[in-house]
Amino acid sequence: MELTKKGSSTIFDLGTFERRAHAQRVEHIEEDSIADLPQDLLRNDVPALPEVSELQAVRHYTNLSKKNFSIDGQFYPLGSCTMKYNPRAAHRAASLPGFLNRHPHAPEKVSQGFLGCLYDLQNILKELTGMKGVSLAPMAGAQGEFAGVSMIRAYHEANGDAERREIIVPSAAHGTNPATAVMCGYEVTEVGVGADGDVDVEELKSKVGPQTAGLMMTNPSTCGVFERQITQIADIVHGVGGLLYYDGANLNAILGKVKPGAMGFDVLHMNLHKTFATPHGGGGPGSGPVGVSDRLLPFLPIPIVEKNEAKDEGDWYSWASAENTRQSIGKLSAFSGNSGILLRALAYALLLGEQGMNRVGEFATLNANYLAARLSQSGFELAYPDRRATHEFIITFAKEAKELNVSAMDIAKRLLDYGVHAPTTYFPLMVPECFLIEPTETEDKSELDGFVDAMKAIREEMLNDRDLVCTAPHTLPVRRLDDVKAARELDLSWSAPS
Amino acid sequence: MPYIPHTQSDVESMLETIGVDSVDELFDEIPAGLAEEQPGSLSAGLPELDMLQSMQERASLDEGNICFAGAGCYDHHIPAAVWDIASRGEFMTAYTPYQAEASQGTLQLIYEYQSMMTQLMGMDVSNASVYDGASGLAEAILMAVRSNKTNKSGTVLYAESLNPDYLSVVETIVSSQGIQLEAMAIGEHGTVEIADSSQPEPAAVVIQQPNFFGRLELVDEITNWAHSCGALVIAVVNPTSLGILKAPGFWGDNGVDIACGDGQPLGVPMSSGGPSFGFICCKSKYVRQIPGRVVGRTEDLDGRVGYTLTLQAREQHIRRGKATSNICTNQGLLVTAGTIYMSLMGFQGLKETAIKSHQNCNYLHSRLLQITGVEAMFGGPFFHEFAIRLPIKSADLVDAMADQGILAGVSFTKFDIWRDKYPNALLVAVTEKRTKAEMDKYVDVFTRVLAG
Amino acid sequence: MSEVPIELGFASTHEWAKQDEEGLIVVGISDHAQDALGDIVYVEMPEVGQQILAGEEAGVVESVKAASDIYSPVSGTVEEVNERLDDSPETVNQDPYGDGWFFKLRANDDRELDELLDADAYKELCESEED
Repeated sequence: MELTKKGSSTIFDLGTFERRAHAQRVEHIEEDSIADLPQDLLRNDVPALPEVSELQAVRHYTNLSKKNFSIDGQFYPLGSCTMKYNPRAAHRAASLPGFLNRHPHAPEKVSQGFLGCLYDLQNILKELTGMKGVSLAPMAGAQGEFAGVSMIRAYHEANGDAERREIIVPSAAHGTNPATAVMCGYEVTEVGVGADGDVDVEELKSKVGPQTAGLMMTNPSTCGVFERQITQIADIVHGVGGLLYYDGANLNAILGKVKPGAMGFDVLHMNLHKTFATPHGGGGPGSGPVGVSDRLLPFLPIPIVEKNEAKDEGDWYSWASAENTRQSIGKLSAFSGNSGILLRALAYALLLGEQGMNRVGEFATLNANYLAARLSQSGFELAYPDRRATHEFIITFAKEAKELNVSAMDIAKRLLDYGVHAPTTYFPLMVPECFLIEPTETEDKSELDGFVDAMKAIREEMLNDRDLVCTAPHTLPVRRLDDVKAARELDLSWSAPS
Repeated sequence: MPYIPHTQSDVESMLETIGVDSVDELFDEIPAGLAEEQPGSLSAGLPELDMLQSMQERASLDEGNICFAGAGCYDHHIPAAVWDIASRGEFMTAYTPYQAEASQGTLQLIYEYQSMMTQLMGMDVSNASVYDGASGLAEAILMAVRSNKTNKSGTVLYAESLNPDYLSVVETIVSSQGIQLEAMAIGEHGTVEIADSSQPEPAAVVIQQPNFFGRLELVDEITNWAHSCGALVIAVVNPTSLGILKAPGFWGDNGVDIACGDGQPLGVPMSSGGPSFGFICCKSKYVRQIPGRVVGRTEDLDGRVGYTLTLQAREQHIRRGKATSNICTNQGLLVTAGTIYMSLMGFQGLKETAIKSHQNCNYLHSRLLQITGVEAMFGGPFFHEFAIRLPIKSADLVDAMADQGILAGVSFTKFDIWRDKYPNALLVAVTEKRTKAEMDKYVDVFTRVLAG
Repeated sequence: MSEVPIELGFASTHEWAKQDEEGLIVVGISDHAQDALGDIVYVEMPEVGQQILAGEEAGVVESVKAASDIYSPVSGTVEEVNERLDDSPETVNQDPYGDGWFFKLRANDDRELDELLDADAYKELCESEED
């Protein structure tokens, strides 16, 4: 079908035998350069990589990019993802040649710039979270969680406490939490969440015991509300000798308002690609630094940067020595994590400063509450109408699903036609047909009002032209895609037409 | 406040709609005593100009070293168009492509990436990336152990010639999952010998090519031997080297089961070793065990070709405690750069890059060996990296040459397992970027440092 | 309301079992289960010759939105697996009690069949889960 072919040529379809980007050729190659290599270890096939000119490649990927929604292009209220503006200044700072071209094994004497930056970021993160130590090593939230749970494990082992085999997780938790606990060799047990969105404290009391290694949770929770009984929860878990882990995915709600350290958490991870505005890149890279209280300090993943103030010529930064990190859980990446992302996060912190950081939580919360109020006033159903929204909130379409046979997914797809990226759908799992909406603090009032208008318009359509909503989107490069076909008839890489 | 657009009148209007008098009221559910009262100790916010000047001061301290270091991170030329396109806001500020219809750019790009990787590796399937080569190897090991139906021993053999940083990360990640790691020793030639393996039969065997010392392993023999023991074979490879070296899908009689490594040489700046991306490729029979995201091609309601995330039921957000991995965010932006790089270079460009790197390497190697007191650590062919033994401590040489603007290589003392055994050893990498003048300067400075 | 044939025994985890003419125990998933899963895209089966205890994991059934473990309702040795599901996993959706069977066991103890829920009890279970 003509339409199909033209709109979707892959880079391979555009190629022609022996076409190439000539400017990228490498010259002065001698004929017999590889004669010293054993013939049987050499390649004798020609893999099908693209054979295109430079303009073809540039045009192809430029046009592909235009098929994407992005923060730069659209309002992107994805709950739990914190899609705030990615400051270009941070990208520029991290791309300065001295940083961009640094080899990870460059000796310390020519690395004082980079090491100084990491040291400063460690301190800033400590200050913001109220924790005693920070490691910048984990490369994303999930790795941060792995580090955190591994440290909990190391702590109990160091105490000779071998009976602790369980990690408790709220039923509403993000999937990475139980997946991580299992990766660290733990069993997972769930504790329920009440109708008001708070963890069921009575159930928690019945579930803790000598087998409890720790509890993983976030605050505000994945329900978008503040866990009001956090102090009690901390006491219950600490009371049986367990540790408390904070999933920092929702840190944006409380930045500058409450510190996780003050709430009693022993260990946490942050998501720099959320809270610190580093770019999401179509699925990464992220960065998931961890912070710890005193008792977990010895176990921090390496590398960590130290400052030596004894030298006469001023500050000297170095990697923490092996002796100082003897009990570390170890390395999580070949080098020092997603270093370029760390530099972006530092740039962001420098741009915001003390006051700016304190405002993040305030304005993220203001925007969310405003949006929640307007949507509620327009007739949409809040999942937790008696609670304050934090930086995010949940709407449920359970009523619309039942009465009009329209699902949250349908509404999400129709929003795309209005030029808005849909909020997170169907998470947390326990609220049926839901949207988890997080506007972030970088959106202005008119953008939020525009979103409300779009939602109202779609509700009209649900009543008068149901089909339009249920077969949305209509204005994007593709219409709704066949997921079942994608999973049943796996086509995961291009092959030449026969 | 930077990036917060609200005016005073916006705030007032919004508070009125909500029905509160102040922003503080919105935090009234937070128990008193938890809220932060005292001012913190961060400095005041900087305008963009000042921030960039401050960062530039720091960056200047680290500038201006000609790079002859490798050990898993390489200084290759990156075509100008790669980051021009990868930095477009539509790529850089998009999120994970969960709403497929709004993410066809990213999804099609990942499909093309997967296609290129399977071709380059000679394998059937690729995922959409993991964090880096080292953590990717850990995931590959977990995957191999899961997938081996007949051998449930949990024992994994790795070549001692594996990158020590990779080994370190693997130990951190797999230690709590009942896996025993055992080394296959290297012989005097710096490669692995299997003749005297008397270990229990492993579930998986890990082999790196070129190995950490730049030496070339007998990958066909090792692959066949591992398969004959009922083990899965995991290859750790440098993608640039596959411009001329045999791809892991063709090792031995049947090819390896899983191929992994780091994609940094494909258009990703060194940037202190991160962010880059790890790749994992496998045979089709293991596709449901591969960690991370996978993009598939399908059709929309009108029969139009489209792309979407598939096989998501294996991932953490659905399978939770029984997921193939806990990975969520991966390295999307770097994959974007890598894909554009491979499109601009094509196989011909990769091949030329590999050959020129090897050519330069041979040149520097032969010049250095002419200097008194310098010896090759291992005899035999090497690719793009080599290890030499010096008459002085290699760390001292690196420090001294750094004063002259040259990053001479990586001292073996950086690695716990080699520090005591080889304190005078240096690992040197040379890419296509190094000019004859730079290499001659290296020899010059090197000679003078050794002389005193 | 989904179909619940009276001659089958059911596990509380939504698998059904019955004895066939050759005395083997045939196992599959219920109509309720296939409906809840949605379009099935893949079925992972146990190996022929594998020994499984009642209640143990015997495989995985995967749809676009979920991957659920299948538990064997009785103990025994796997004699046969339904290879048709390799190419046509949708058979489970279309005919969960007939052509959509998963595997057949030679049971250790036929009496384990009696311990399963009968059709009425299973119907009740489904109704209570729906609330």
